[in-house]
Amino acid sequence: MKLKTLVAALAVCLGSAGAMAQDQSGPVRIGFITDMSSLYADIDGPAGAEMIKWAVQDFGGKVLNRPVEVLSADHQNKADVAASKAREWIDSQNLAMLIGGTSSGTNLAMSGIAKEKKRPFISIGAGSARLTNEDCSPYTIHYAYDTVALAKVGGSALVKAGAKKWFFLTADYAFGHSLEADSSTVVKANGGTVVGSVRHPLNASDFSSFLLQAQSSKADILAMANAGGDFINAMKAAKEFGITKSMKVAGLLVFINDVHSIGLANAEGLQVADSWYWNQDDDSRKFAKRFFDKYKRMPSSLQAADYSAAMNYLKAVQKVGTTDGDKVNAELRSMKYNDFYHKNGTVRGDGRMIHDMYLYQVKGPKESTTPWDYYKLVAKVPGDQAFTTPAESKCSLLKK
Amino acid sequence: MEIFGIPHQAFLGQLMLGLVNGAFYAMLSLGLAVIFGLLDIVNFAHGALYMVGAFAAWIMMDSWGINYWFALVLAPLIVGVLGVIIERGLLKRLYGLDPLYGLLLTFGVSLILEGIFRKQYGVSGQSYSVPELLSGATNLGFMILPNYRAWVVVASIAVCLATWFIIERTRLGAYLRAGTENAKLVQAFGVNVPVMVTLTFAAGAALAGLAGVLAAPVIQVTPLMGSNLIIVVFAVVVIGGMGSILGSVVTGLGLGVVEGFTRVFYPEASNIVVFVIMAIVLVLRPAGLFGKET
Repeated sequence: MKLKTLVAALAVCLGSAGAMAQDQSGPVRIGFITDMSSLYADIDGPAGAEMIKWAVQDFGGKVLNRPVEVLSADHQNKADVAASKAREWIDSQNLAMLIGGTSSGTNLAMSGIAKEKKRPFISIGAGSARLTNEDCSPYTIHYAYDTVALAKVGGSALVKAGAKKWFFLTADYAFGHSLEADSSTVVKANGGTVVGSVRHPLNASDFSSFLLQAQSSKADILAMANAGGDFINAMKAAKEFGITKSMKVAGLLVFINDVHSIGLANAEGLQVADSWYWNQDDDSRKFAKRFFDKYKRMPSSLQAADYSAAMNYLKAVQKVGTTDGDKVNAELRSMKYNDFYHKNGTVRGDGRMIHDMYLYQVKGPKESTTPWDYYKLVAKVPGDQAFTTPAESKCSLLKK
Repeated sequence: MEIFGIPHQAFLGQLMLGLVNGAFYAMLSLGLAVIFGLLDIVNFAHGALYMVGAFAAWIMMDSWGINYWFALVLAPLIVGVLGVIIERGLLKRLYGLDPLYGLLLTFGVSLILEGIFRKQYGVSGQSYSVPELLSGATNLGFMILPNYRAWVVVASIAVCLATWFIIERTRLGAYLRAGTENAKLVQAFGVNVPVMVTLTFAAGAALAGLAGVLAAPVIQVTPLMGSNLIIVVFAVVVIGGMGSILGSVVTGLGLGVVEGFTRVFYPEASNIVVFVIMAIVLVLRPAGLFGKET
């Protein structure tokens, strides 16, 4: 008798879970998983989650007459944490779509889950071009930037400006490896050589040993294939050990928060490739002001992209009239993206969002006139030149 | 000339850098060893106290223009007072219980401190510049050594020696050691043991704070700086022998050097080499290199 009741109860539970998967009522849930507490938390993190909430709020808080909820979680830069959170939300919370914050390993893991569960996944802060290359997925859109674009926009400009012998200081995980490989390709294609590289652990506390090795390589450019706190500490040590006198330092992925933290005196002249800058036009400045009023700092390109991705997702849902993963995904891949973050953005078959990329140069302390006035524009690179070309792509989804 | 396949210049350079880092480890593990050796408290908040020391220096500079040299004195005092609050307010209630409770409590304290600073200042870090007097670098022939790093080595060694001298060679040190062996007996001689315990904890905390101020100009001042280091520092203390002051100083310096060379020969392993050594040492000498078998 007891067993029967238990089986019946179980059947009810399973039945309702099955029904939930196709549930088209109740709240529309958007999930956001990023680094909330460690070295990348300032460039995305809690403020990034808030941007997604702002987008929902600006959209009216509802879509298809259903309230929109934003769930967010800290992946602590661990791929398994990100994957299990994503799975949990999809299985038990009927998550409609997933946004991935910083860190490549975690995003590659989330991309796999989204594919398995057929949910749209928009990756914002991850750098690795593997997301749209070897590991591309029909459900993943790589939204902001990638290591290929950083290499093509930032790296090639340096080689053309005369930096021929390169030494890489690389963060030892998926993102660093991608960035080093993609940059090396660009360096060699432009007639430069790579004379050496050293890989440091993520979140390394001391860079002096690595920098001494870089110095003895006699390269003329020290390229830092790392980000966030790692880049900041490496840059600071490079200055301290006088590396900057004999070598030019290139930050391959630098966010505006990093420049702020290092200070213009230390960062002056650094060339930075990025997808967006708060001071680029009126729409961007308007968004940035709203952000500044709350956080007393300017948004990073990732935080702008978080807002844009959530807003465009809601527009897609509105248009197709359902939250069904496949239908929304198809719309996300065919629509045009036009807002303060990008102009005429389109998504390619491999999931790559194609939009303009920019090369900026960091101003000197005297050139900077207002708070956070840090960049001047060097070049605007159209999307088809900035990202992987269809001919270079290793993605099976891209028709060649 | 080459040593182990690397040019002797680079070799000497790495050796020097290893010593600089080792001096840091030595100083941080010293505070832990003092607190553990004398009070039997496994102080997991040590890394957070180190971080608070660095932030205290930065806030004083940023808000009131108090320079590095004053910060070097004031910040450890502030952290020392924080140590008093932690010991009097929280730890005191746990004496007599399993030391594990103290470990968990201090771990909680460190999470709280870190959280407060993260909420307030973010994680990118604040920049603290090297004091005027110590800016610049000296060419040693085999490498350029920033003057500030040389100062860190000198300062750390001086502090380590002074601490060792106070505990092992002075009357105060003798009371301390006796008080932790047999509190009742020492109390009978008219020594206020609870106050002594509090002050010892405060002194250990102040050492962490001092290390924080010394570190501030070298790395960015961030809420994460303590948790990044604390695990390595604990390994240093364990390898040296829990509570052995000499052990933590010697091991600190030695591990700094070993880590530096790992960065040259196999950089990917530089994060774990300390723990590999710890495992080997614990197998061969469970009480640590300088620990007393009990």
